[in-house]
Amino acid sequence: MNSASCAAKISTQPFSLNPSSPTSHDNPLVSPKPTSLFLGSTRKLRLSSSSKLNLRRRSGTVFAVSDVVKQKKSKSTPSLLITKEEGLELYEDMILGRAFEDMCAQMYYRGKMFGFVHLYNGQEAVSTGFIKLLKQQDSVVSTYRDHVHALSKGVPARAVMSELFGKTTGCCRGQGGSMHMFSREHNLLGGFAFIGEGIPVATGAAFTSKYKREALKEADCDHVTLAFFGDGTCNNGQFFECLNMAALWKLPIVFVVENNLWAIGMSHLRATSDPQIYKKGPAFGMPGIHVDGMDVLKVREVAKEAIGRARRGEGPTLVECETYRFRGHSLADPDELRDPAEKAHYAARDPITALKKYLIENSLASEADLKAIDKKIDEVVEDAVEFADESPIPSRSQLLENVFADPKGFGIGPDGRYRCEDPKFTEGTAHV
Amino acid sequence: MAAIFQGVGAAAALSSSPSNSFDSKKFVSSPCRSFSVRKGASFAVVRSDGRVNLNPKGGRAQQLISNAVATKSDSAAAFSSSKPGHELLLFEALQEGLEEEMERDPRVCVMGEDVGHYGGSYKVTKGLAKKFGDLRVLDTPIAENSFTGMGIGAAMTGLRPVVEGMNMGFLLLAFNQISNNCGMLHYTSGGQFTIPIVIRGPGGVGRQLGAEHSQRLESYFQSIPGIQMVACSTPYNAKGLMKAAIRSENPVIFFEHVLLYNLKERIPDEDYICNLEEAEMVRPGEHVTILTYSRMRYHVMQAAKTLVNKGYDPEVIDIRSLKPFDLYTIGNSVKKTHRVLIVEECMRTGGIGASLIAAITENFNDYLDAPIMCLSSQDVPTPYAGTLEEVTVVQPAQIVTAVEQLCQ
Repeated sequence: MNSASCAAKISTQPFSLNPSSPTSHDNPLVSPKPTSLFLGSTRKLRLSSSSKLNLRRRSGTVFAVSDVVKQKKSKSTPSLLITKEEGLELYEDMILGRAFEDMCAQMYYRGKMFGFVHLYNGQEAVSTGFIKLLKQQDSVVSTYRDHVHALSKGVPARAVMSELFGKTTGCCRGQGGSMHMFSREHNLLGGFAFIGEGIPVATGAAFTSKYKREALKEADCDHVTLAFFGDGTCNNGQFFECLNMAALWKLPIVFVVENNLWAIGMSHLRATSDPQIYKKGPAFGMPGIHVDGMDVLKVREVAKEAIGRARRGEGPTLVECETYRFRGHSLADPDELRDPAEKAHYAARDPITALKKYLIENSLASEADLKAIDKKIDEVVEDAVEFADESPIPSRSQLLENVFADPKGFGIGPDGRYRCEDPKFTEGTAHV
Repeated sequence: MAAIFQGVGAAAALSSSPSNSFDSKKFVSSPCRSFSVRKGASFAVVRSDGRVNLNPKGGRAQQLISNAVATKSDSAAAFSSSKPGHELLLFEALQEGLEEEMERDPRVCVMGEDVGHYGGSYKVTKGLAKKFGDLRVLDTPIAENSFTGMGIGAAMTGLRPVVEGMNMGFLLLAFNQISNNCGMLHYTSGGQFTIPIVIRGPGGVGRQLGAEHSQRLESYFQSIPGIQMVACSTPYNAKGLMKAAIRSENPVIFFEHVLLYNLKERIPDEDYICNLEEAEMVRPGEHVTILTYSRMRYHVMQAAKTLVNKGYDPEVIDIRSLKPFDLYTIGNSVKKTHRVLIVEECMRTGGIGASLIAAITENFNDYLDAPIMCLSSQDVPTPYAGTLEEVTVVQPAQIVTAVEQLCQ
């Protein structure tokens, strides 16, 4: 079976997947690939085979991008994967994500934001690679590590920073916080604190898309939903239950696993019987793909196919992006467990550096262009902080707003009126 | 004293003095309250106090006395409309409500285990899949947490799903989604997303179904902020509440009871809804207020027969809205009778009754002549053996004894 031979060739993980040897004892730097040297590849992804498969049976292709696809040897100069505009857009989005998160760390230590803040440094290629291909009406569901997903989807940096500062001008009026970023306008459906609980919500959004097309007869409704979650989530029941339902009903959804190898202090290899997450896709009848998540162009190529599949009504895809977070799990995590050599290895594969190199080497942009973007983003982030600083904090009366869409839900008081009819209601206490 | 019927649009000031007589209660007609009123049509309005008004005549409420599990209702017609109405069983009333709402709004859909081809394990969704298709009446795999979450995601993106738990107890598996997402997302999104979902299913103690199929989840869910909970008890209020729940923008958890599905009643032909936040006056009285809901309503009414023969005049209120409590109806009753007995099926510890005691004590302590009594089920997992199961729930004899004690 072709997938088996492809699977066997997936040795591009830099770390041994032999669960008996913890990573710190391996020499993680001796990795078998220059094949995972990413940028500049003309490799096209062959996903077409999956559509021919009878998805009722156990089917779906499993392969790794980096070694299944063959290089076109005939061409002397590889054709580029992106245009200049696209390249600059991708660069800007990744720089925005990185600069924003760095600023978050600063602001946190200065006491401007509190609680659990989970930063996305290092994983920008996944967010940018996927979300920049979406339309506004497509939906994104994320986890607590959601700032950059929000930014990529188009939520203004001001709104996100204000939300983190807990101000009324935040995207959720200050009521959500770092882990609950929502935007109706940009179809960002959250921001969830418990892992796995966003995946059914994403499945529901995909269900709505299918329902609109088939039951409400809106024939051109082809909205796609992306669900982002981590390696730890892939051992959770909701993940599997949703893979089943999505494949069963061919929902227009892409399950994007951001496998950064660590769930707080739990190594993926210590938690998972079969650490190759992409293999779990075919068990439910959908293609499972592994891609180098530090390479935004590779991610983008895979994303194009997966999103295209969903848009055409061919069903879901499971994409495992091998990526890494440069910082700890959250700003409260001292990050002592991870091997410095591992961190250094991935730091050398910084997606932003790599894209920059690609753009310059292929003459898509000059240093000056990129510096201009860096400067612009710095200003955007500074402005966001200023805006958030100057925004008002929520007043007491905001406490009871938005508990119910219909505030009659607070009930009828002893005087016979609905509590919400009392003009002083929102200053009171909510007890029913 | 003539009852004054205020239709929608009439301005009526609510008198601030507590009405000491049941009949002179006036209603505020504000936009917030939704009466089941349609202008121009000739039909009846059954108000939450159980009275019926077609003409503004005075009238005492109809006395609805029914057995614990009624097969034939000997109540007089719950309305005196010119149209005959039609008779049906409670599960058919639920089905009718669902069907009418699904016809009215194509975004209403049903999801759950065996709701489609099987017609629902209690036949509430019978025939709907044939009529509306497999997508609108979705047979899900056995994954409560995920399909409830799926319903929530669908609700956020524009649909109006009705999620069925085959037994309410199964929704314990969906507690994550119900508490975290269903109740919270409207708030944590700063009001951007609404979750107009209805989560329904049968619960309560049945006939020797065993501990796990006899659970009463209302006590577990009651603390969740952002949700409403209602419990239906008659075909009339089952249909009315179902329709109101589906039309509501809030997430509503709709409790049905396994033993009440075959109750028969004559209900109006016209479109009507029952207000989600109001309690129902089942039997007005003077001596004691008995607050109850769901199946225990019938045990209470059976006890009421005995009590009436013994010379007592209990006022029975079916609170219907488990969250929030209708403190107006309840308060007016307490102010009249000064004695309260709560009869419920959930456990004593942390149950609906416990919350109700707190609410009444906080708001109406001055009007009480005696401590509030609360009869609840025993704090035990429901045993299988019939004799033990019978003792687990409150029986009419206990209610009679409690009233006698309370009225000493």
